[in-house]
Amino acid sequence: MNLIKKLWRALRRPSVHYSLGFLTVGGFIAGIIFWGGFNTALEYTNTEQFCTSCHEMRNNVFEELKPTIHYTNRSGVRASCPDCHVPHNWTDKIARKMQASKEVWGKLFGTIDTREKFQAHRRELAENEWRRLKANDSLECRNCHNFDSMDFTLQASRAAKQHSTALATGEKTCIDCHKGIAHELPDMTGVKGWH
Amino acid sequence: MKKMTLLLASVLLSASATVSLAEDISGLDSLRKQGLETQDPAAKLKNYPKDNEKVGLSYIQQPPLVPHSVRGYQVDRNVNKCLSCHSFKNYKKYDATKISTSHFTNRDGTVLSDVSPRRYFCMQCHVPQVKAQPLVENDFKPSGALSD
Repeated sequence: MNLIKKLWRALRRPSVHYSLGFLTVGGFIAGIIFWGGFNTALEYTNTEQFCTSCHEMRNNVFEELKPTIHYTNRSGVRASCPDCHVPHNWTDKIARKMQASKEVWGKLFGTIDTREKFQAHRRELAENEWRRLKANDSLECRNCHNFDSMDFTLQASRAAKQHSTALATGEKTCIDCHKGIAHELPDMTGVKGWH
Repeated sequence: MKKMTLLLASVLLSASATVSLAEDISGLDSLRKQGLETQDPAAKLKNYPKDNEKVGLSYIQQPPLVPHSVRGYQVDRNVNKCLSCHSFKNYKKYDATKISTSHFTNRDGTVLSDVSPRRYFCMQCHVPQVKAQPLVENDFKPSGALSD
């Protein structure tokens, strides 16, 4: 208690030894370093390399991503983990990063540290992402796939039909139909649209 | 010395035999244009058409071919991607071909209320086709009900 009082008094008193200029410029520089450091760390945790540094991701979901169109394709555009799983918008990104602390917990306690445990959790994990993408109207899909830029005449007839009706009216969003496009699907019993 | 000469002669003889084998395939017309020692160049990869017209049947009881790409179609104990369009429940919605009730029969001849486990793995019989010319010329024509 005494310590807090002392600290508070020190903070309230004007500086005796340092000039206002030093404190201002010093604070400014320290701010740049801290903010820059924070953002660099944030950026680092937003790379495929970071995501796949854990065997849980590397041996399960990353392996499943590789043969899919989002990873292997003719045009060389590749979507990696954060493109779909982390919002690009700063505030949303921070919110998602805070949620990810749960994932650190999972890592520490080995919630999915074997293939069997991962398979057992697959439906739950998939549902988390379906729910998130449903709630934000498939924002991460739309970061690249722009509805207004879609040419229905170049789409397969069935795709064009769905996109020009259900998607156009906002009745459905991408994730409602495009489940399991980048990873294997869990047991789909009871999921709408599946047998 | 005599032994040495014999050995040398046999080695030479076998070497020349190998060479002649490589060049001459004894008048046989083979799909393989190279000798056995050389590797055929890999054939060009062919891509599956994304969406195509239905392919007609060539013989009775033929499993119909898949006229679209099936890349990434998951058919396992968790899910059957094919049935998400072709099942009795879904085919109308997607204007897809519905599976035949023959798929409901199990090996004892009992008709079940849904796809029988032995008919669950669609791509064991129904396969997509690339546009590839036959390797060997043939004049096969469908007969009977399927003939023109």
